[in-house]
Amino acid sequence: MAWTRDEMAARAAKELQDGFYVNLGIGIPTLVANYIPEGMHVTLQSENGMLGMGPFPYEGEEDADLINAGKQTITELDSSSYFSSADSFAMIRGGHIALSILGGMQVSESGDLANWMVPGKMVKGMGGAMDLVAGVKRVVVVMDHCEKSGAPKLLKQCSLPLTGAGVVDLLITELGVFEINRGKTPVKLIELAPGVTSDEVKSKTEAAFEVAV
Amino acid sequence: MVDKIKNDAVEALAGLLKDGMTIMAGGFGLCGIPENLIAAIRETGVKDLTVVSNNCGVDGFGLGILLEARQIKKMISSYVGENKLFEQLYLSGELELEFNPQGTLAERIRAGGAGIPAFFTRTGYGTLVAEGKETREFDGEMYVMERGLTADLAIVKAWKGDAEGNLIYRKTARNFNPMMATAGKATVVEVEELVEIGALDKDAIHTPGIYVDRIIKGAKFEKRIERVTTRQKETA
Repeated sequence: MAWTRDEMAARAAKELQDGFYVNLGIGIPTLVANYIPEGMHVTLQSENGMLGMGPFPYEGEEDADLINAGKQTITELDSSSYFSSADSFAMIRGGHIALSILGGMQVSESGDLANWMVPGKMVKGMGGAMDLVAGVKRVVVVMDHCEKSGAPKLLKQCSLPLTGAGVVDLLITELGVFEINRGKTPVKLIELAPGVTSDEVKSKTEAAFEVAV
Repeated sequence: MVDKIKNDAVEALAGLLKDGMTIMAGGFGLCGIPENLIAAIRETGVKDLTVVSNNCGVDGFGLGILLEARQIKKMISSYVGENKLFEQLYLSGELELEFNPQGTLAERIRAGGAGIPAFFTRTGYGTLVAEGKETREFDGEMYVMERGLTADLAIVKAWKGDAEGNLIYRKTARNFNPMMATAGKATVVEVEELVEIGALDKDAIHTPGIYVDRIIKGAKFEKRIERVTTRQKETA
């Protein structure tokens, strides 16, 4: 059985360490916040200008001046701080954030990530993703293993415009976990979701990878 | 003494607008946008604008209303996914668009306001964003040169301000506002509360008044929320 979205988020949460400053992207990465282990202190950064994101507010307590990078209403913690977008990206670009967990459209065996544009179809923009992958110490991508059409997304080379070249450390899909290591070493399949075989993963993957489960 | 305080958004923008100009507008999504000044710009009908803003509002609110009135010729933004009209105008060629990574956009504006003409960043190296730009190696890493960015006019939203133009922002409504305040040849600010000189804590001022040319108390703040997201109260 392949992992659910929540199981993928729970697996990604295993990359957290006590004391980490972490940036979580939109979608499944946002769910990672629900799986921070009890007793572990992790500070969530929101790139629009906040450290120490709290949970969503109770109904009726939303504040238009307090949103996350996904434009959702959030709350502050006693330990929170606010700052400008320039300060926020100085933190990101300056290597002060330990971990970035974000979504992807394609990942290549050389560690390239594409997640911001489909030429002629989708023109939303990269937001902060290019700065995050360029500046954060460890980059974990969480994405579906294949497109809806069944086409693989872990490729020899990305066909979509890149977000960053040689930037992905770890890839988590519903089928398993891959060590990408920014393309410095061959891709390794290091974990399989329960009931998934490495042959099944091979049949759904274009990139070459070693099996090390 | 120069009086920075103006009565309303129309008076605050008087003499500052002309067709073809570049305007920076603060805000992230609909959070911390100068909604009164945007509405006043719409009323003047000034056109062929280049607008620098992280996003372009939504259909019917924020910068979205300048799109509807076809007053914007070009946007410089990092993310425009919330606006259907934007996509239509862009795909039909009516609107030019320059995407900047969010951190690069923020730093370009900070640099512009600080008199720094260019800087190097790792962001975007090896991507479309680096095409046509100078790249350079420092300490074994590759970097892309990005230019500082200024504008003819910056429109800014703050929480509290005084007659000197000293400003304090509130929570995540700060975002791009402080850098934009420094990067406009003219900077016009709308605040929720215009307070007496001396009422602001001098150690807590985010934008010193030197950057601010004109200031108004906004007539009304709608402060729309794009994605109201809540949690259930646990029942005992």
